[in-house]
Amino acid sequence: MNIVVCIKQVPGTTEVKIDPQTNTLVREGVEGIVNPFDTYALEEGVRLKERFGGVVTVVSMGPPQAEAALREAISVGADQAILLSDRAFAGSDTLATAYVLSRAIARIGDYDLVICGKQTLDGDTGQVGPELAQRLGIPFVAYVSKVEAIQDGQMRVQRLIEEGHELMEAPLPCVMSVVKEINVPRLPSLRGMMRAKGAQIPVWTARDLDIEADRVGVAGSPTRVIRVFFPQRTRKSQMLEGTAESQVEQLVERLRETKLI
Amino acid sequence: MGCLSVMHYFLNEQQRMIKGLARRIAEERIMPVRAELDEREEFPWDVMKELAEADLFRIFIPEAYGGLGGGCLDLCVAVEELSRGCCGIAVSYAASSLGSIALIEYGTEEQRQKYLPDIASGAKLAAFALTESMAGSDAAAIRTTAVRDGENYILNGTKQFITNGGEAELYTIIALTDPAKGARGASAILVEKGTPGFTFGKKERKMGIRASTTRELVFHNCRVPRQNLLGREGSGFIITLKTLDRSRPGVGAQAVGLAQGALEAAVAYARERHQFGQPISSFQAIQHMLADMATQVEAARALVYAVARAIDTGVKDYTEAAAMAKLFASDMAMRVTTDAVQIFGGVGYMRDYPVEKMMRDAKITQIYEGTNQVLRNTIALELLKRKAKPE
Repeated sequence: MNIVVCIKQVPGTTEVKIDPQTNTLVREGVEGIVNPFDTYALEEGVRLKERFGGVVTVVSMGPPQAEAALREAISVGADQAILLSDRAFAGSDTLATAYVLSRAIARIGDYDLVICGKQTLDGDTGQVGPELAQRLGIPFVAYVSKVEAIQDGQMRVQRLIEEGHELMEAPLPCVMSVVKEINVPRLPSLRGMMRAKGAQIPVWTARDLDIEADRVGVAGSPTRVIRVFFPQRTRKSQMLEGTAESQVEQLVERLRETKLI
Repeated sequence: MGCLSVMHYFLNEQQRMIKGLARRIAEERIMPVRAELDEREEFPWDVMKELAEADLFRIFIPEAYGGLGGGCLDLCVAVEELSRGCCGIAVSYAASSLGSIALIEYGTEEQRQKYLPDIASGAKLAAFALTESMAGSDAAAIRTTAVRDGENYILNGTKQFITNGGEAELYTIIALTDPAKGARGASAILVEKGTPGFTFGKKERKMGIRASTTRELVFHNCRVPRQNLLGREGSGFIITLKTLDRSRPGVGAQAVGLAQGALEAAVAYARERHQFGQPISSFQAIQHMLADMATQVEAARALVYAVARAIDTGVKDYTEAAAMAKLFASDMAMRVTTDAVQIFGGVGYMRDYPVEKMMRDAKITQIYEGTNQVLRNTIALELLKRKAKPE
């Protein structure tokens, strides 16, 4: 059971600045952490490896400092890590990112399962997982909250949906995204940290991955961020008067008028 | 969370790693449960499992037996950070180290191979048993006997106030193999939990460190094989002194961590608590208390680290220094935690806030592993002995 876990380094603070030129996050000088949702993906990967054997490979696309996130992944049980880093990748949107990840996973080759967090803390789109599955041409299962069984090339999982849980089967290989209900990520161990410190983390560039230049970076990203702003909160309040009964009637009336009910 | 320590102690990479990880465990896994464990007097098995998985029990075990071969300072930084979260939990961890010292220092290759890997992995806890009802500070007054009978020792007697009693799987027992010789007839013997004739008394109800377990160990015609003797017959008292010398900096580290936690809580509270229209941290009376607390914590930390380092560099006789580290740090912790309660005022006295627990926990550090009065005797004795010699 070989597993690939995709992780992203995100700013470890909510006080991020936005570059006024590009409308993207300013990442320089901000301490990076592993995207919290990805820590559940990583933990699940390590647990499945402990149950079924195999190798957990962690990949991350990002600037050179994203290596720290990969070392942290090794300290909590990943076997190996690969950094996908190239100036050409800068400014990639989810489509371009999914493309780069798919090239890397294709290069890794021998995999049964790809796990992602349900979304990142900074971009919040939740698009990379499904786009990655599409690129790899394999099924995608979103919001997995429990892996019930894996046998005979099939995976049976519970996924969290608004109404409750959905039980689903998917053939392997596939891509799944996980929610935080799936596990409690372990803390690193001292031996894991020592292993992480000494680990060789290869860097794969656009050339290594046979990447078509116009499909990555700003050129390969159809998404444009036009403006980033805090939504204005407007509140209008109105006091209802009268008996409790008439207040309820008035309230229902208003809600109907505004089509809230 | 930022550390309020202003000093740089030039910890090596492994020590920084240990400190960082122990701090994370304290903040993420210990602080959320400490009040409840204290209230329920419940042994922290879940946290012990976390510590085991994080390899913290490997720190004090030699590499040959699955450990990391860390020194006294490595253990001290771990204990300090855990104590910053909860002293009761930290002592349960530290007691396993205390229970392993004699085995590591005096055990045969066979004994070490048999027991140390499980202690390193955290699968088993260890404990050390010296104290009896009539033998506290007067340790030479112990009455538990271990009489030779062919290939066995037969143990009889009762040990009191044993940390990890009942929870640990392996016990280093100090007992008289030759009662006629008194202290010179004492020996250190390994006894496993579950040995027939070895039972536990009731769990003590304590003032502080209530997440830790303290019990009596009762031996009634308990037979253990001769191979369980540590060192030679009659060396039990020397082993005891060396064991306590070695572990005292760790008690100092407990006190430092505990006081650090109290200081941080007091600083945070002084900033947010408003009286007379301003934060109480703006009052000089509070500022001076905080300044004194911070200075004392740092002085104790510097002493504990210095002594631990001296031990790690191979100093032979460190009885006096180890006693100083424990004495100074524990008296400091009692003062600092008491002042923290004072700064919190009325709510500090309430169990809804963490500082009253810290004050209760601090008291024991002045008592166990040598009361501070006995340690002053030890220090004075060494001091006067040394000064008596011509320079």
